[in-house]
Amino acid sequence: MEVKKPYIKSVPYEEWNDNESLEKIIDELHEGGVNVITGSLDRLINWGRANSLWSLTFATSCCGIEFMACGCSRYDFARFGFEVTRNSPRQADLIMCAGTITHKMAPALKRLYDQMAEPKYVIAVGGCAISGGPFKSSYHVVKGIEEIVPVDVFIPGCPPRPEAIMYGMMQLQRKVKIEKFFGGANHKQDAEEAALGVSNEELTFRSKLGDHRRERLQVGDGTSGIPIVVTDVPEEFVKELSGESAKPVKVEEAKA
Amino acid sequence: MKLEFLSFEFDKFAKEMQNLKEKKGFDYLVTIVGEDFGKSEGLGCIYILENTTTHERCSVKMMAKTQVCGDNMSSNGTGDTDGQAVSYIPTVSNIWRVADLLEREVYDFYGIVFLGHPDMRRLFLRSDFKGYPFRKDWKFNDKYSLEDDEEPDYGLEYFIDKDGCLQSKQNKLFTTDDYVINIGPQHPATHGVLRLQTVLEGEVVKRIYPHFGYIHRGIEKMWEDMTYPQTLALTDRLNYLGAMQHRHALVGVIEEAMGVELTDRIRYIRTIMDELQRLDSHLLYTSCVAQDLGALTAFLYGMRDREHVLNCMEETTGGRLIQNYYRIGGVQADIDPNFVKNVKGLVKYLRPMIQEYMDVFGDNVITHNRLEDCGPMSLADCVSYAVTGPAGRASGWKNDVRKNHPYDMYDKVEWEQCTLDTCDSMGRYLVHINEMYQSLNIIEQLIDNIPEGDFYVKQKPIIKVPEGQWYYSVEGVAGEFGIYLDSRGDKSPYRMKMRPMGLSLVGAFDPMLRGQKIADLIATCAAIDVVIPDIDR
Repeated sequence: MEVKKPYIKSVPYEEWNDNESLEKIIDELHEGGVNVITGSLDRLINWGRANSLWSLTFATSCCGIEFMACGCSRYDFARFGFEVTRNSPRQADLIMCAGTITHKMAPALKRLYDQMAEPKYVIAVGGCAISGGPFKSSYHVVKGIEEIVPVDVFIPGCPPRPEAIMYGMMQLQRKVKIEKFFGGANHKQDAEEAALGVSNEELTFRSKLGDHRRERLQVGDGTSGIPIVVTDVPEEFVKELSGESAKPVKVEEAKA
Repeated sequence: MKLEFLSFEFDKFAKEMQNLKEKKGFDYLVTIVGEDFGKSEGLGCIYILENTTTHERCSVKMMAKTQVCGDNMSSNGTGDTDGQAVSYIPTVSNIWRVADLLEREVYDFYGIVFLGHPDMRRLFLRSDFKGYPFRKDWKFNDKYSLEDDEEPDYGLEYFIDKDGCLQSKQNKLFTTDDYVINIGPQHPATHGVLRLQTVLEGEVVKRIYPHFGYIHRGIEKMWEDMTYPQTLALTDRLNYLGAMQHRHALVGVIEEAMGVELTDRIRYIRTIMDELQRLDSHLLYTSCVAQDLGALTAFLYGMRDREHVLNCMEETTGGRLIQNYYRIGGVQADIDPNFVKNVKGLVKYLRPMIQEYMDVFGDNVITHNRLEDCGPMSLADCVSYAVTGPAGRASGWKNDVRKNHPYDMYDKVEWEQCTLDTCDSMGRYLVHINEMYQSLNIIEQLIDNIPEGDFYVKQKPIIKVPEGQWYYSVEGVAGEFGIYLDSRGDKSPYRMKMRPMGLSLVGAFDPMLRGQKIADLIATCAAIDVVIPDIDR
């Protein structure tokens, strides 16, 4: 039996972004075929799970307001089964990490993630949660929550529009729809995983494919990321930086 | 406002500050700015004060003295800083109550201790944070740990003993019998990642210790490495519901320092945008009050109408929440051709809707019973704790910056400052409702008369601000939002400091809620309109 391609109503499969990653997950998870009985039961369970994703309200800043807007009249993500938000991690399926995570908040995020019951998912909403965003040069901001918890879906934007948030949540639905519950890696956190803070699925991936998270350049103490090189600097600025402070003023006057 | 500093002798400082309040009537402490003036001058503080009757402002500059803490001989062994060189300034927290938190902020960032302040703990950063990040000689370090922070259960109090030595002693925050619960940092009713450590006696609140910094991003420190146009991008991410006003304050201070003359068109557009933003914020506020008290219908109504306001702004600015619209010398783009028509439609639509919120929620007898006499605060306390904005106006304090220090078009249009004298949460809710009507009035008067002209006054590609210190404030959505700028003539600021709207509001929770039930904490928190990223910066 084949694993069916995840189907989302009224959006054709080809129109989704990043189908390759999804297919990779299908291949890895269902290596060696799928049992007809457990496979069918899996589909039933995944159908139920995917259409009732309860998120933990974890809104630290701006993105949280857009998340609220998603739940309200105009966008109304109750249409997809996302409308139940929980304030307790024990009752939630996923963390919508909507906002900047600072050093003081990082232990709290880690603990909330650890307290959630399996299966659990993480969505990183907005630039700050993905990479530190506009606060990348700050001394008190975690440069991407991936350093702390494994992330299933990234939703870029600052903040992402409600449409983008819904698209991201539907991508998560697709991911949930191909999971293997029976006869495979069952979602139960063991001691090793609890120590590492990653899901069982993630561990299986790492043992087979290595750490698939985005590569991080290890410089010196190991905390700094890939350096950003800016190329389109205005000419006046370059002169200014190199100490020719008299010239740019002349250039400006000539223009005016 | 260009700042001209008063300065006092160190020994007379506390007395002179007392004089300023009692004889000269400077009863509102706007903010305390900590600053590292460089190697030759050292650390110091700038106090910005306002007289609430004449609205006159003054500023005081005070340099810190440095001395080794403890006397090395008979150290009492209670302080963590014994044997270290510590900078100190006498406290003013007994004169203006709001200084309690403001001085802790300065201590957190600069390591200046305040003699006589009973509770010198860090305010934003973790208690195991090493060093003081805003000092110019601080070495950048962004390592972090996932271990829990072991917070001290005491605050240090510094004093000069009879031999002239700097000493410290511990003041316990709790007694052994206290029942302490933490509300936050992850709690749906705190509107973000605020943590309120609450001491309870049964269900009656005895004391509230606020903990901040769960969303502290160090924006002020980042600004010091940025050019002026770059600094603009971060203000929208403070109180994201007041993006326009925040940036208004920042471009305002830079333009004032540079002496930029704006065209009338820019002033009109900015005033209209500010008021649209205020509508957006107040709509979300009235929705959230309803939701926090369990009325979901009113929440959905408010959020529905908020989308209409966002539509109006989005067509011009391109952003829903983060607008990025103002820039130094004008605005980013001219208004959309449909802007005038849409805003007129919005004003027409919104007026009856505000009455609907009152029908659904505000006039409801349950709401009245729940919010009346909840979180009371008198006028005198409001001034002392610097509770600005709608919360202060509900106690009768006429503190609207738009009236007191008019900027842009606010002195050319007719509108009323909304005040009430109920001094409670119900009053705070009603002031917000009334302000929405006033915002509509302001917009109505301006929208038909937007003059022709440039929407941007051309600036040099590299913006340099002349030397000096400036403070510029606007009426933010929840109080006075101001920016202090110290320029050394460079292309990036030497020091910029915000006066956040919410810090003093949260500081006022403790006096408001002592002796009240813990459930009232949630109602008060909802009705006072705090947004945490604005406090933490």
